[in-house]
Amino acid sequence: MSASKASRLGEETRIEKVNAELVVLTYGTIVAQICKDFENDYAEVNKQLDKMGYNIGLRLIEDYLAKSNTMRRCSNFRETAEMIAKVGFKIFLNVTPTITNWTSDNKQFSLVFDENPLADFVELPDDGRAQEQLWFSNILCGVLRGALEMVQMQVETHFISDVLRGNDTTEMRVTLVRYIDDELPPEDD
Amino acid sequence: MSYYFAIIGTQDNPLFEYDFGTSKQGGDGMARFTEQARQLNQFIIHSSLDIVEEVQWTNGQMYLKLIDRFFTSYISCFLTASNIKFLLLHQPPSTSSSSSALPHPSSSGSSSTSTLVQSSHHPPTSASTSSLSVIPSLSTLTGGSNSSTPTLIGGGGTSSRTSTSIAANPTSPQTEEAIRNFFAEVYENYVKAIMSPFYKTNMEIRSPVFRARVAAAGRKYL
Repeated sequence: MSASKASRLGEETRIEKVNAELVVLTYGTIVAQICKDFENDYAEVNKQLDKMGYNIGLRLIEDYLAKSNTMRRCSNFRETAEMIAKVGFKIFLNVTPTITNWTSDNKQFSLVFDENPLADFVELPDDGRAQEQLWFSNILCGVLRGALEMVQMQVETHFISDVLRGNDTTEMRVTLVRYIDDELPPEDD
Repeated sequence: MSYYFAIIGTQDNPLFEYDFGTSKQGGDGMARFTEQARQLNQFIIHSSLDIVEEVQWTNGQMYLKLIDRFFTSYISCFLTASNIKFLLLHQPPSTSSSSSALPHPSSSGSSSTSTLVQSSHHPPTSASTSSLSVIPSLSTLTGGSNSSTPTLIGGGGTSSRTSTSIAANPTSPQTEEAIRNFFAEVYENYVKAIMSPFYKTNMEIRSPVFRARVAAAGRKYL
């Protein structure tokens, strides 16, 4: 599928809108609460967010397939990236991250977020550690990992920069680990 | 003109403070408070919280305009919906430019309170003599702030201040409007600052972004 077709698909998909501030404040509150629960152990907070995202992703892929009407497998990982950025993120967050920094083996790319709706209004706590350790939007990593796992792709995802930390861009790195082979169910007998 | 801006929480606890000077008429944006006045400002602001409580139910406005005055310090107030108070103390340049003038209000202020105390306890003869000593100093102070001559006298340090400027007329409609604009912009940024999920009600606002935006609003309007 061509790139322009993918972006048109993202545009065309009619989706119910929800107030952005409601989402922002809800997500922000969740993160703040997790930080409190884990007594500002930000490594653990990142892990929890990722786990939550993973569980979301496992279900969300179903919603994505239903809404996007693309009942067809992506032929390669490049096309997958295209669909994630231009259809997936467009449907669920109404943003279109830029895909850059492909490695030569086509197994690793970056999603650069020009705007991150989850991080509106957010300022990380100034305790001197949050700026270095907390990935505020880490839930997105989990969502991608979960969703792709359900379509036979094992990926590794992590943020490498975030404007909240004072970086120039918000960038997520996605690495394809392997295509999961369809495993036959164990024999009955 | 020097300004002292403070945000006061619902428990009368300070959340944010910032002092700055005027940027109009070639001002450099630096506050010209003396060391003594700096400490006094916090007390003045705190004392005017009582006035805020009196005034806040009299009208439905958020901007309460000029609510209090302590010698040459004027206090304007803006109330948010959650009863957070924005207080701006502004002081015309007549006192802030001449550093020797400021110890007067504070010293005569303490003596005037002592006369009040005395007059309630002592026979009127002693009270009248001591209050006589206060009245001249008060009249010179009020006379000094009302007329535009002190701006000329104090013009050695801070030049080119005209009597039409915001600085020289703390009670004029122009000043009122300028402060309204300042408060409106600060309010907008304040809302953004408290929308941060890591901010809790009545917590001190430490955000450097917010501080920078308050400074920008001060430069823009005052």
